Amino acid sequence: MRLILITLLALALATAVGLGSTYLTSTRGTELGTLTIGAWTARPRNGSSDIDPYSRASIARSGELPVGTGDGIAFTATADDKNKPLDGRCDVVVSGVTPAARFWTLTLFDRKGHLVANSLQRYGFTSQEIVRGSDGAFEIRVAARSRAGNWLPTGGIERYALMLRLYDTPVGVATRTQRDAPMPSITTVGCP
Amino acid sequence: MIRIAFTIIAGILLGGVVHLVSVLALPRIATQDAYSRLTPMTKENAVTALPLAEPGNAPMPFMDPAFAVAVCRYDLTSGPLKLTVPVSQAYTSVSFYTRNEVAYYAINDRSAGRKVIELDLMTEDQHSALPEDEEVTAADRLIIDSPTTTGLIVLKALAPEPGLMPQAQASLAASQCAIQTEPPPSKQPEPAAPAPAPAPAPKGKR
Repeated sequence: MRLILITLLALALATAVGLGSTYLTSTRGTELGTLTIGAWTARPRNGSSDIDPYSRASIARSGELPVGTGDGIAFTATADDKNKPLDGRCDVVVSGVTPAARFWTLTLFDRKGHLVANSLQRYGFTSQEIVRGSDGAFEIRVAARSRAGNWLPTGGIERYALMLRLYDTPVGVATRTQRDAPMPSITTVGCP
Repeated sequence: MIRIAFTIIAGILLGGVVHLVSVLALPRIATQDAYSRLTPMTKENAVTALPLAEPGNAPMPFMDPAFAVAVCRYDLTSGPLKLTVPVSQAYTSVSFYTRNEVAYYAINDRSAGRKVIELDLMTEDQHSALPEDEEVTAADRLIIDSPTTTGLIVLKALAPEPGLMPQAQASLAASQCAIQTEPPPSKQPEPAAPAPAPAPAPKGKR
């Protein structure tokens, strides 16, 4: 009787530990093969056959299609440079330059990967639309209310993610540091 | 007491096994993965344009709204696939995914280097079954080996400004993806006529 009880306890524990850790790694992701520059994180191997099992699991779970290596690379930011989570009610400035690429797009998603509805129907910028300074640097204001210049509306949602995708770019598996890939800075400038 | 400790250790060790197995199994048992999401809305071995990514009706999460996207869901059991994608003005790319969303190959308009991206997709068996001389006639076509018999080809054309989206969609609408009916030697007899064919030259491509 006690043996059965103990076996059942062990099996229950195994299920809880095993499935719980799988849930955590497939929703939050792991540090395996990540490239982090400033507030931005990319997984260069996700666009190739070298993708790790954890990334495969999280991609299968979310239902997205990763950007192929011959196509480009996707960087995601969910917090600013000071590690404060991006808040749609605050004013956030994305400024600076981007790594070499033929085109890039910056898109705002909610944490599940959906676009956020707004009256302007503006969900992001492409490198060609953006208004730049004379030195080629740009500044995007991510805010709930309309702002002058490059305004990216947040719809006032609490948590969002920014995705910077570089297309036809040398940035990839070999990239290590900010020097190879100068990423724009993300600063929260004010919260109501 | 020692029995309880043993139970906990055994449970955690077994939990590790459960974790590994479930991580490896997840891509195969997922029901909301991209392939399953696209299956009801796409035709097999034909190009289907996806609706524009908008809040509420994007077929997949994290889709880039600046792109017009079309999908060719393929099944190579009845033969190799021929893909033709005209290049749009700004940027065009073609990405290949296995049934379980591994991006095994992607090419963009610049690396393709011409006005039309032309590719042959086949399984490794079909590739090795190709007659030698046929590879010569197919020399200027890029041959891609698919690790799985089914999968997805995603065609993307960038609209650098929202006003250019109709153009991007139009260029994708002209793309084709179809099973090659019967091996093509009878179809292209002309290149065989000039006797000193540049026979083994293009083999290095592989």
